[in-house]
Amino acid sequence: MTSAPVAAAAPSRPTRRIRRSTRVSRWAVLPALVVLVILALLPYILGQGSTSALVNFYILLILGVTWNMLAGYAGLVSVGQQAYIGIGAYAVLFLAQHGWEPFVALPVAAIFCAIAAIPISLIVFRLRGGYFAIATWTVAQVLALLTVRDAALGGGTGTNLPGLDGFDPTVLGAYTYWAALVVAIIALVGCYLLLRSRVGLALTAVRDDDVAARSVGVRVPRAKRAVYLAAAVGAGGAGGLIAISQINVQAGNVYGVQWSAYMIFIVLIGGIGTLEGPILGAIVFFTLQQTLASHGAWYLIIVGSIAVLMALFMQRGLWGLADRFGVRLFPVGYRVSGAPSTPAKDG
Amino acid sequence: MIWVNAIVEGLLLGGLYALFACGLSLLFGVVGVINLAHGDLAVLGAYVAVAILPSTNTNALWALLFLPVIFAAFGYVSQRTVLQRSLDSGPLTTLLVTFGLSVVIQNALLEGFSADSHSLSVGSLTTSALHVNSTISISYLRLGILVVAIVVLAVVQLFLARTSTGRQIRAVADDGEAAAISGVNTRHVTGIAASIAFATVAVAGLAYGMYSQFTPTSGSSLLLFAFEAVIIGGLGSLWGTLAGGCVIGLAQTIGAQIDPTLGILMGHLVFLAILVVRPNGLIPARANA
Repeated sequence: MTSAPVAAAAPSRPTRRIRRSTRVSRWAVLPALVVLVILALLPYILGQGSTSALVNFYILLILGVTWNMLAGYAGLVSVGQQAYIGIGAYAVLFLAQHGWEPFVALPVAAIFCAIAAIPISLIVFRLRGGYFAIATWTVAQVLALLTVRDAALGGGTGTNLPGLDGFDPTVLGAYTYWAALVVAIIALVGCYLLLRSRVGLALTAVRDDDVAARSVGVRVPRAKRAVYLAAAVGAGGAGGLIAISQINVQAGNVYGVQWSAYMIFIVLIGGIGTLEGPILGAIVFFTLQQTLASHGAWYLIIVGSIAVLMALFMQRGLWGLADRFGVRLFPVGYRVSGAPSTPAKDG
Repeated sequence: MIWVNAIVEGLLLGGLYALFACGLSLLFGVVGVINLAHGDLAVLGAYVAVAILPSTNTNALWALLFLPVIFAAFGYVSQRTVLQRSLDSGPLTTLLVTFGLSVVIQNALLEGFSADSHSLSVGSLTTSALHVNSTISISYLRLGILVVAIVVLAVVQLFLARTSTGRQIRAVADDGEAAAISGVNTRHVTGIAASIAFATVAVAGLAYGMYSQFTPTSGSSLLLFAFEAVIIGGLGSLWGTLAGGCVIGLAQTIGAQIDPTLGILMGHLVFLAILVVRPNGLIPARANA
């Protein structure tokens, strides 16, 4: 967020510089750190009910941010990220059953998701667009059906996560909260760095003009696979967090397609193709979820209708309103400053 | 002999899946919409029949007279409003919009009809069967569904090949701009294609409701089976879709014969295996969305 200008343009011209950060993003660093410290201290202030609700918020945030990177930047509309939520949750369960501390198993499970994503990507990347979406969904179904065949993992009815009995409930609640916060921060910073890197530049080029990008030698499949693996790690981390926070793993829940619905709604409401959008979307979605939870099926009818209307009439989501004024908290593109009357163009 | 029975059952099930896949294939091939709400629309059709038919004992075959007409009108309106609008904003938007609609339909059905399973009555047709010998029997209902699937596919094929509107639909599918220059009202024509697709969805939903019990969330797996049939059969070929449906149906019934819990898994695995072995023939030219 505080990167120095990367290059200066022709020296004879009056101070025209290319910046990667914006005024807002530089000024936002300090408040962001303050917010972070406050969030980290919340378990000392709030009751356990509130922190466990916030764990669910962080899970939604992780899923929204990583899915947005997949669909909004790489153009990979996956309806099967629940495959990695399931793998992450069951990897934590499996390791815990073999004597691992669940909190230690969590990062291992997330990394394992990247390894599992390699062979899966070889299959699903053979299809494009909507067919890719359906294929990812099928893979998630296959994994769910295979998982319930293993009685040691609880079969279809699910099983409790061992290894957490020794904790005092309050301490366990705080640890779970901090684990969720750390995974959420890693997901956000990771997405930001990945999209600022060569991979992000390649994807932006492909999104803007596929043919031109290929003709200058952008290696599109490699960039897309990198993003797919990173998104798998994010979903796996979220899955591990679900296992730990619910102290129970059930295939119908962790492999459920409702997770894909949540991710898509978060990104559509917040705004696709920006890093800020899904953060805003996760906040709005979480608030709607909390307020409408008592109305049963109505909650998804209302949230789904809002998301569909946003997709049809407000393509850039809620963040699109802020973006209109050039506000960027996580600038991933390049912008020229000092050029009079040239509007900054961002990626 | 139980294996022969499984094969017969699989082929009959393939007819049902082909019926589902027909509308999906048509909507994608002509309109360019990958409809993730396809299965839920079919289930919606079955629930509309439950709601409209005077009692649960009324023969649901009566619904075949009016439901496809209602759905055809529904399809035309959807295409001219929601689907066209989402198409104008890019291929990703249609995916997101139809997925959102799928969730909305499922939860609206949950709210209206509860999570209990329903079924459509077809009177004595449910139990009557053609007994080939002591072990092999073919249910008239399932045989009828296969025949309906073949008839629907043949009629759609003939309509596209022989009629003036069918020619216009194919022209729009090949090159919408060129068709528009030649004087085709492309929006009206894609609307007609969508109404045909929706009418077949209504028939498929009714057939499914007669075939087995259904719940508001049954649509998701139907969508997957239909897609697998379309991809295995190859796009653009309606008869290939029938073959693809039969491959999935056979894999499921044979898998279930090995182990009752293996049926659906086997269908998915056969699909993924075909995807790995024959990828080149399976990627349709217009799918580079």
